[in-house]
Amino acid sequence: MSSDTLAKVPAAPRVPERADALTIVPQRRPGQWTAAVVVLVLLGLAVNSVLRNQAFQWNVVADYFTSDSVLRGLWLTLWLTAVVMVLGFALGTLLAAFRLSANPVLKAVSWGYVWLFRSIPVLVQLLLWFNIGALYPQILGVKTVNLLSPVAVAVVGLTLHEAAYAAEVVRGGMLSVDRGQIEAAQALGLSRLRRLRRIVLPQAMRSIVPPAGNMLIGTLKGTSIVSVIAVNDLLFSAQLIYHRTYQVIPLLMVATLWYTVVTSVLGVGQYYVEKHYARGTESAR
Amino acid sequence: MSVMVDIRSVHKSFGSLDVLKGIDLEVRTGEVTVVLGPSGSGKSTLLRTINHLEKVDHGAISVDGALIGYRRSGDKLYELPEREVLKQRTRIGFVFQNFHLFPHLTVLENVIEAPVAALKRPRNEAVDSARRLLERVGLADKADTYPRQLSGGQQQRVAIARALALEPKLLLFDEPTSALDPELVGEVLDVIRDLAGQGTTMIVVTHEIAFAREIADTVVFMADGRIVEQGPPGEVLDAPREDRTRAFLSKVL
Repeated sequence: MSSDTLAKVPAAPRVPERADALTIVPQRRPGQWTAAVVVLVLLGLAVNSVLRNQAFQWNVVADYFTSDSVLRGLWLTLWLTAVVMVLGFALGTLLAAFRLSANPVLKAVSWGYVWLFRSIPVLVQLLLWFNIGALYPQILGVKTVNLLSPVAVAVVGLTLHEAAYAAEVVRGGMLSVDRGQIEAAQALGLSRLRRLRRIVLPQAMRSIVPPAGNMLIGTLKGTSIVSVIAVNDLLFSAQLIYHRTYQVIPLLMVATLWYTVVTSVLGVGQYYVEKHYARGTESAR
Repeated sequence: MSVMVDIRSVHKSFGSLDVLKGIDLEVRTGEVTVVLGPSGSGKSTLLRTINHLEKVDHGAISVDGALIGYRRSGDKLYELPEREVLKQRTRIGFVFQNFHLFPHLTVLENVIEAPVAALKRPRNEAVDSARRLLERVGLADKADTYPRQLSGGQQQRVAIARALALEPKLLLFDEPTSALDPELVGEVLDVIRDLAGQGTTMIVVTHEIAFAREIADTVVFMADGRIVEQGPPGEVLDAPREDRTRAFLSKVL
């Protein structure tokens, strides 16, 4: 059969003479143009409806955008995010080191921690910590209720949750570093701490930063969950106002806009951090 | 001449795989020993036991009179704490097949890292001697570039400078040219030849037979975890006594 088909294949077209005098015309793509126009029209309609819909009450949004109580809420959201990230990654790095150690007990404890705290929804965890007094009315002779304010509950609950995810991110980063790097450092007589600080972590950061940036943005928005235990964050401040004034949508827009602004700033920051840790990675050839 | 490296009945296995089955070897100060052998013969593992990157299961190795990785008390060998092992390693330079330069540090930072961090040399002193070393391997103008911007041959020369920065008494080369494009092998061999000419004590694991013939004082042929034959290159390479050596040489020459 193959010889049959081969016989029917026409002779290969000859390269035309004077090939250098021919002009190449790119393929026309009418579908691309149509799709672009449709999407732009739809986008225009959406923006138009948002701007023209009086119910958004943009003037109210403007009034409250920089009001004291909103800014106080924003401030709490920002520092809560920062504290949770720092503590979460500190605990997460420790858990990652446990997991990568040779000690089977430390390994198992780290694995168990990550399993447990990734299994419990953060909302459930916050409510449990909030009601911890029911389990332990007193800790070291102090009433638990006095020991754990709602803000403290928020820090503890979010940090424990964050650490479980941070542990995996840091572990992944450390595993991404070539084993030969550690051997070379050992052969040069560098101490364990120096190897970790100077050789492993800077290289691990390249794979840690993108997911950590993701987590940072997730945490920023995730802190809004603390409004359920009456912690005065950005969302809860907006809620307090609209419970009084019934201007629900404009105040949710105030919170939304602030979350967007902060997320954008963090995104820019991440770009520069990534650039810093990417030094030495571009090859000349 | 005094003995720099003394290897006595060294055994090493990975699980059920016996990689070294009793190695005895002496390397005299100022001599170049080249280790040849088919892949899987244990030559790289042997090299790695000399600076305790691999622990031996049995036997002992001493470098410049000091037992490597262990302390002897009676007829027991106690493993040294890591701090002590690291100190011993600063006297032994190791050059890897795949260079293992630190990619996030510049060439200069790579070379001064160990003198500054492990030997606690003042930074400016370390920088001065690093620049001299880079000049010696022909890369004085590359001090501020990152390793990935260099060719493989240049990277390996930086790795040699990095090993020399500790002023080691012994240099170990683990197939230093095996990861290089053929046209880059020569520049690395030139540097090693230069070091050999200056009386540096070296053990070189390589597949470059011609190079072995040229620089070796002693050629060691290994197969299946044992030393099959050793002696001056004129004997081992040109008039081998063992069938195993002849068979290997007929394939690679």
